[in-house]
Amino acid sequence: MNEAKQAETTLPDDAPVDLEAELKSSNVQEVLDQLDRELIGLKPVKTRIREIAALLLVDRLRKKFALSSETPTLHMNFTGNPGTGKTTVASRMAEILHRLGYVREGHLVSVTRDDLVGQYIGHTAPKTKEVIKKAMGGVLFIDEAYYLYKPENERDYGAESIEILLQVMENNRDDLVVILAGYKDRMDKFFNSNPGMRSRIAHHVDFPDYSPDELLAIAKLMLAQQNYRFSAEGETAFAEYIPLRMKMDHFANARSIRNALDRSRLRQANRLFATKGRNLTRNDLITIEAEDIMVSRVFDEPDKK
Amino acid sequence: MMTNPGNRVTQGQFSFLPDLTDAQISAQIKYALKNGWAVSVEYTDDPHPRNTYWEMFGMPMFDLKDPAGILMEINNCRKTFPNHYIRVTAFNSSRGVESPTMSYLVNRPKKEPGFGVSRQEVDGRSIRYTIHSYATDKPEGERY
Repeated sequence: MNEAKQAETTLPDDAPVDLEAELKSSNVQEVLDQLDRELIGLKPVKTRIREIAALLLVDRLRKKFALSSETPTLHMNFTGNPGTGKTTVASRMAEILHRLGYVREGHLVSVTRDDLVGQYIGHTAPKTKEVIKKAMGGVLFIDEAYYLYKPENERDYGAESIEILLQVMENNRDDLVVILAGYKDRMDKFFNSNPGMRSRIAHHVDFPDYSPDELLAIAKLMLAQQNYRFSAEGETAFAEYIPLRMKMDHFANARSIRNALDRSRLRQANRLFATKGRNLTRNDLITIEAEDIMVSRVFDEPDKK
Repeated sequence: MMTNPGNRVTQGQFSFLPDLTDAQISAQIKYALKNGWAVSVEYTDDPHPRNTYWEMFGMPMFDLKDPAGILMEINNCRKTFPNHYIRVTAFNSSRGVESPTMSYLVNRPKKEPGFGVSRQEVDGRSIRYTIHSYATDKPEGERY
């Protein structure tokens, strides 16, 4: 309501406006700081989010002078290897855009091909539309978006779904933001066969792989969230573990780290169980020791891929 | 005396007011969504007050957060049936209620001919009264 009032009264041309105050009133800084704290690394991603936040803030100031500009398209494409935080950032994005007043509700609807494409003729359009209606006022996140288009099967209904998405992305720009995500090479192929999609997406953000240091920081953050911590030796052991794991097959960045931590929690529980006859302290319950990590098979076969 | 100039059908909420604008409709839908009611769009060309079950325009919409999706559906329905009655219904599915809690017209035909009283003589001099919509003299689909 407040905004509507502001829009009615146009400021004179030489009136000063305070970008700082605008930033403060939107609470965006808080979200950005949280992003910095909770997401390790991801430089290009954070830079892009900052740029978008700045653009939207400036847009809000411009509105005060009745400088009309079209609502910027904010449809995004996240590419990156598995476990680089695409989904996490997408859900943050919903909150940031909500704070900036770009989307009205700020919820995230996360879907894959299954939720959009139907099984028989005439099934796809209502299904896609239903998902789109649910996502309105928020962010529609399409994971593994390249599965939508299967060039080898010309009777695949994915194309119909893309068609509807394109239409909505163009016509209902105020109502929802579409974020596509997938692996880089496959997304490139997807965009090459759907040039309409490429041109409607303004922001292509590439998620880089994490360095070992960043992965260790992520591991510590994950443990802290679950009320665990490494002992000093535990941390050294995990620092050794990371580069070994990175060389192995099917390494999925933060996701592999999470799985490794889950396994070491299992081993820790087992170890505590084995030490019968001694009363456990709080410290015992929250500490992951080196031996919980060293048992991993990663250390057994260092030369194997 | 003309009691209802223009013969406007008065069914559901807000029907004695001027037609709602899209912004007003959105605000009402928003209220329904806030309460967790499922909103659906229905249409008919038989305005008889006892015609309870109208045709559904698509499925009722569950789990929506924002009225924009429903407004889109309303506009689709208006495009398909520009001269029908279209109403928006909000259904409260919570146990013990399980019935529509809101219902209002969002579209009506340009010209509404209204209703006439018909009288039937029964049992000697007794009279039975009923109302009859002039529009329904024509077959379905050609009424307005």
